[in-house]
Amino acid sequence: MSELIPTIIAKYNYWIYITLMMIGLYAMIAKNNLVKKIVGMNIFQTAIILFYVSIGVKKGATIPISTGGHGAAHEVVHAADYLNPLPHVLMLTAIVVGVATLGVALALALRIYSRYNTLEEDEILAKIRKK
Amino acid sequence: MKIIGLIITIITGAFLVYAAVDFPAWADPNSPASTYLSPYFIENSMKDTSVPNFVTSLLADYRGFDTMFETTVIFTAGLVCFILLRISGGKEPETRHYRHVLTGVTVTLKEGRKIPASEDFERIDDLWTPPDLIIKTGCRLMIPFIQLFALYVIAHGHSSPGGGFQGGVILGASIILLAISHDLRTALERMREKVVAILCPVGVAIYAGTGTLCLLLGLNFLDYSALASVLHVDPISARSHGILMVEIGVGIAVMTTMIWIYNNISSAGKYNQGL
Amino acid sequence: MFWQIDLAILTLVVVTAVGSLMVKDLLGAAILFGAYSFLMCLLWSIMGAVDVAFTEASVGAGVSSVFFVAAVFRTSRRTKD
Repeated sequence: MSELIPTIIAKYNYWIYITLMMIGLYAMIAKNNLVKKIVGMNIFQTAIILFYVSIGVKKGATIPISTGGHGAAHEVVHAADYLNPLPHVLMLTAIVVGVATLGVALALALRIYSRYNTLEEDEILAKIRKK
Repeated sequence: MKIIGLIITIITGAFLVYAAVDFPAWADPNSPASTYLSPYFIENSMKDTSVPNFVTSLLADYRGFDTMFETTVIFTAGLVCFILLRISGGKEPETRHYRHVLTGVTVTLKEGRKIPASEDFERIDDLWTPPDLIIKTGCRLMIPFIQLFALYVIAHGHSSPGGGFQGGVILGASIILLAISHDLRTALERMREKVVAILCPVGVAIYAGTGTLCLLLGLNFLDYSALASVLHVDPISARSHGILMVEIGVGIAVMTTMIWIYNNISSAGKYNQGL
Repeated sequence: MFWQIDLAILTLVVVTAVGSLMVKDLLGAAILFGAYSFLMCLLWSIMGAVDVAFTEASVGAGVSSVFFVAAVFRTSRRTKD
């Protein structure tokens, strides 16, 4: 048990990322208002992106832009000097797809509001059941 | 519902914590994610494509197929927003509000009657506030510089953080700024609805068209070294120029999607008044 | 120096996320969400992911907040929840 404590303290980042993800997941399931659900979806998405990008961090490495400039095509590049660029590439796609999903979700919420005149989930269900 | 949500959240959190104990230590240079494929990309990106920014060369050249479908997803999202909101069911006749400029009297006309455009009457929104000279002049002065900066970000994505996505979003944000500080009608005069809607698939077509051009010139789809015969440069620089062409396509698609989604959401499809 | 900044910004991130879900005013939730996006951008700048931070700053703290405010403007602003 006593050797578990240093590992728990060393990996404090992962616990906070998991907390953020669970906050987003809880908001998507349990909140009543549709806009709060959409905010929870976005919190979940950015927390996952944060977790993914943190995999590419290396101790003592610099940002993934080559320091030589355009004319340095013939110098040797050491992989240990630069951060891992692969998670950055994948998460760039994820961020922009996230904002596109946000646009579609808000359009759906506007349509629901113009039909039922409310955005609370229980009121919408009551109106549907009454018909 | 809240109790079910709490139980699901706690169980999922427990699973994730149990899995995270196994992870490599924070910032370990020898973690499996950093030793499998990325050393090849870091060491050979300058030799193959002469682009110093590894993320740009990975995004547009080594993983270019992925980015093409992502651009398609962005265009599809803009299209879905348009279809959901713009095409409405019933056509009810709209009431217009006009304001006499000299005296400040508001005139409301119901059932679609309108006053032809003249110097004395200006059309206003439902929630009208007096025009603020500072905001209007400040934003009008800033917008060209914002657009210039966005074009710089697209073009300089090879050597600095940036690229097609970031520049496209900033370009779209400049037109949204015009719509917020002035009227939605002012922004619609600058970039009409048809221009925005046609430019969006044109951006995707530039991306796919570059790939098809490489296919027609004899090599694989999206293999930019085939452009060396068209541009009269060596194959390594041809890859760099191919990345630039593709980034321009992505920038156009992202800019028009942001403007399109904003127009549809802020006017709820009716395009008569905005925020 | 490194882990102090990290821990401080991570705490602020959790606080803004919880705050954006708890306020009863939807406009306040949209603005707090913009603040959460901006703090995420700071985190990624510290980690060295400059392209991701640039994208999140322009997309999350810029355009995404405007979409939220526009949608709240077209629907109701108060909520009971």
